Amino acid sequence: MYRLTRDQMAARVARDIPEGAYVNLGIGLPTKVANYLPQEREIFLQSENGLLGMGPAPTPGEEDWELINAGKQPVTLLAGGSFFHHADSFAMMRGGHLDICVLGAFQVSVRGDLANWHTGEPDAIPAVGGAMDLAIGAKQTFVMMELLTKQGESKLVETCTYPLTGLGCVSRIYTDLAVFDVGPDGARVIEIVDGLSIEALRKLTGLKLAASDEMQPA
Amino acid sequence: MIDKEVASAAVAVADIHSGASVMIGGFGTAGMPDQLIDALIARGVGDLTIINNNAGNGEAGVAALIKAGRVRKIICSFPRQSDSHHFDAAYRAGQIELELVPQGNLAARIQAAGAGLGAIFTPTGYGTLLAEGKETREIDGKHYVLEHPIKADFALIKAHKGDRWGNLIYRETARNFGPIMAMAATTTIAQVSEIVELGAIDPEIVVSPGIFVQRVVQIASTTNHALAA
Repeated sequence: MYRLTRDQMAARVARDIPEGAYVNLGIGLPTKVANYLPQEREIFLQSENGLLGMGPAPTPGEEDWELINAGKQPVTLLAGGSFFHHADSFAMMRGGHLDICVLGAFQVSVRGDLANWHTGEPDAIPAVGGAMDLAIGAKQTFVMMELLTKQGESKLVETCTYPLTGLGCVSRIYTDLAVFDVGPDGARVIEIVDGLSIEALRKLTGLKLAASDEMQPA
Repeated sequence: MIDKEVASAAVAVADIHSGASVMIGGFGTAGMPDQLIDALIARGVGDLTIINNNAGNGEAGVAALIKAGRVRKIICSFPRQSDSHHFDAAYRAGQIELELVPQGNLAARIQAAGAGLGAIFTPTGYGTLLAEGKETREIDGKHYVLEHPIKADFALIKAHKGDRWGNLIYRETARNFGPIMAMAATTTIAQVSEIVELGAIDPEIVVSPGIFVQRVVQIASTTNHALAA
């Protein structure tokens, strides 16, 4: 079975980010999306620690540790970029000003519930950061993840078993095997990798998946 | 003549008492007022409630305060990191209480305190473990959680430049929680890289007006140190 690599997944997400979008890319896998944004589009990257118009990593030796991203790694600021305090930063999310947020996930339900902050294990030290604000704040929340765990269990589920980050907040899921729309009507497959049938995908996930009429190869 | 400049970090923190609530600026180490924290450790007071985004990175700043056993409770959004070993040890030993707050709610609750609001309804966290037991309300078809303001006796923040009236400007992403913590504490103490003459900061770009800042201490900048994520 063919699977998209993590870079191919990032390139796929990048294709759906339009000119002029204000976008927050979550820590981890979603940060790769920045590498594939088309040069000809002007897209504004926000980092919740307080910058808009985030540029690429600095050249080695040029790091400024007061100019960092949410992952606490050094970044640069594009001409036209800006700095702001935390209350303004989260108002950009909560106030619905941010167009797209791309997040990783432990699980997403077919209705768009997201679990990505806590495994729920009793000895785990919980940390939430901006995950809950990002999940419910942006106009559209995309999730980017491998569809299956290492044990082969589907991370797209009927009901999340991990503690929730937000209810009904995810609209689209990009995975290595298929792209899904999720929401009140359940999960719908809009793209699928070559060589994988919708029936095989239903078997892998154990879910009743609707298929889009215009379903295309990913 | 009003002069909020104080001679040293030690003088700036000399009235912080045991049991005080203390906001500390910074996101990771960017904007962390390390020298004020060092002075607080040297004062020897404990039983502190600390409000910060994280729970210490590496060995300096909030991490050093925790290591020294001075923190009874921490209110933060992201305690667990690759270099939060001093917090991790204290937490696992039951020596420190943790109130975990989503990052945007932390900012909003601090801002609410500074703005004199009684409480806020926020959509963040609705339906999750972090809203359990809290009052909720549906407003215009959307669900919200009632969250109370977070205020403090003191705020320790780091800014780029200040003047003797307490006006501040910040540097890059080291701004983070500084401006809102300055509003939410009874006594705000800012360490700045440079104290300048009144009027030298363009009034159009003042970020924290002096009304929010009670003390300013000049400490040579020590910004360029590496940290782990």
